[in-house]
Amino acid sequence: MSTLTPAAPRNTPAGPTALNVGPRRRGKSRMDPTRNNTAAGLAAWLLALLFAAPVLWMILTSFHSETDAATNPPSVAANLTLDAYAEFFGASSGVSPWPPLINSATASILSTVVVLALAIPAAYALSIRPVKKWTDVMFFFLSTKMMPVVAAILPLFLFAKTVGALDNIWFLILMYTSMNLPIAVWMMRSFLAEVPVEMLEAAQIDGAGLLLTLRKIIAPVAMPGIAATALICFIFSWNELLLARVLTGVMAGTAPVFLTGFVSSQGLFLAKVCAAAVVISLPVLFAGFAAQDKLVQGLSLGAVK
Amino acid sequence: MTTATARTARTGHSATKPSKNARSRERALAWARRAPLLPALIFLIIVTQLPFVVTLIISFLNWNSLRPDQTGFAGFDNYIQVLTNADLRQAIFTTIVLTVSVVLASLLIGLGLALLLDKKFIGRGLARTLLIAPFLVVPVAAALIWKHALLNPTYGLINGTLTWIWSLFGSDTPPQPDLLSQTPLMAVIVSLVWQWTPFMMLILLAGLQSRPMDTVEAAQMDGATPWAIFRHLTLPHLRQYLELGGLLGAIYIVQNFDAVFTLTSGGLGTANLPYAIYQTFYFANEYGLASAAGVVVVIGTIVVATFALRTVFSLFKKEAAR
Repeated sequence: MSTLTPAAPRNTPAGPTALNVGPRRRGKSRMDPTRNNTAAGLAAWLLALLFAAPVLWMILTSFHSETDAATNPPSVAANLTLDAYAEFFGASSGVSPWPPLINSATASILSTVVVLALAIPAAYALSIRPVKKWTDVMFFFLSTKMMPVVAAILPLFLFAKTVGALDNIWFLILMYTSMNLPIAVWMMRSFLAEVPVEMLEAAQIDGAGLLLTLRKIIAPVAMPGIAATALICFIFSWNELLLARVLTGVMAGTAPVFLTGFVSSQGLFLAKVCAAAVVISLPVLFAGFAAQDKLVQGLSLGAVK
Repeated sequence: MTTATARTARTGHSATKPSKNARSRERALAWARRAPLLPALIFLIIVTQLPFVVTLIISFLNWNSLRPDQTGFAGFDNYIQVLTNADLRQAIFTTIVLTVSVVLASLLIGLGLALLLDKKFIGRGLARTLLIAPFLVVPVAAALIWKHALLNPTYGLINGTLTWIWSLFGSDTPPQPDLLSQTPLMAVIVSLVWQWTPFMMLILLAGLQSRPMDTVEAAQMDGATPWAIFRHLTLPHLRQYLELGGLLGAIYIVQNFDAVFTLTSGGLGTANLPYAIYQTFYFANEYGLASAAGVVVVIGTIVVATFALRTVFSLFKKEAAR
């Protein structure tokens, strides 16, 4: 169970080392393990391609002309062109997607910075030098995440309307901060809990101050965790639609809001939609693959490694 | 168990003599411990708990912003309307069907994929990366792709592939279903299963890889069949991972808005509660009714969350006990 317990040292992977039971290994196994794996590999690859097909099709179509994009049966080998991307960036319509893209980047990055600034000290007070009843505090944080956004959105909307914060990017940043803070606290706590207690004690005995301990002992262990937390918070903010749709308009609209208004019902637009989807998904794809190693730990709130 | 003693040493306050000086010093120390926690805690209470209290209050009001003169106390009228209004009742039903089917299907497919990826084969890393891809497409973008590039009846990839397959057999009358209008809820479910399966797969794969292999080896030596090993060793070990994946998935999918909004605009019986509430307050301006529906969602979520918290807590206790 070592992998379920964030405080466990990482040197106990359940793997080949545990299998070292000598020549009896796989002695009575009835199946030829190689053949079994080939079949499993083939099945896995088929399913992987099936699951990735919509994504691959989206990317391929985005490089096709509108006429080639809308054929039946699909024209897989059609000529490649960047026209759809030029159209997305407003070549003929003159509507630039940059303001919403910049709004999304601003809201996602700034809210992530605020989340980290609040979550790291909180996680410190829940793991390295824990307060009394720290488990209760953890579950309070988690319970706020379980409340659906729709249950609080009307008062937030009315409040924003009253104080003139509607269509204001700063209000959205505030909302995204509260949306991601519980997740970040849970994640950061699980990463900080990996700091070896012995090292902290040794530092204390040697009379190292708080700053030195933070810099020399905690930071090196926690850095990859902080990076993963930041990437996951970024992804959640970048993806968010409901709050952005209700709280923003022309000025502060984010990329997902722009995307929902992008589809016109007239004429051919499939390649353009695919190009838009690719551009808007790129930051998430990069962030997700960068955080791939810690994605599970993050998404399961640190419960699974 | 050095960790356990160290941890109690960290939390436990040494028994000091109850001198006034010592007690105030202890209190100061406790506050020093709490200080880093307070900004996050206070921020979250203000931004999430306060609005919900307001929602709760509004839910007992008769309040439509288009008829401000009729605003007043409504008692339980809004709640009665939530449970009797055909649209909202339908929305409750849709939410349940949507959540349960997406969670179960993505858990099952995710389990299958995790079992396959647990084996060693050529290009496993790349296959894993391809399988994660659906989870890393912006949900609105994914919904748009499903609606226009895959499900469109005239030139979507699904019907295009049907045409191609039928043409291989010399037929020029392939079936061309309009899945989005014939089976709209199913279309929403399939697109969400596609997006959430990678999430389940990642959690279950982590669970599989933490399986103690020595017992599996011992069972193999005793001549246990692969099915028996799966049924009696793997599945019990995976139980808490299945629960965790299912409950986290349920919490997110209950709240889904993007797919319903983009694929069907809530039409044809696909409006779930989040979408219906959005409609009720944003377009119909029925603030009281929308708030009551919001409170109903929270009550439903609390039921699910109680189980979720228990599962997370059982994982968590093990660590806290260290």
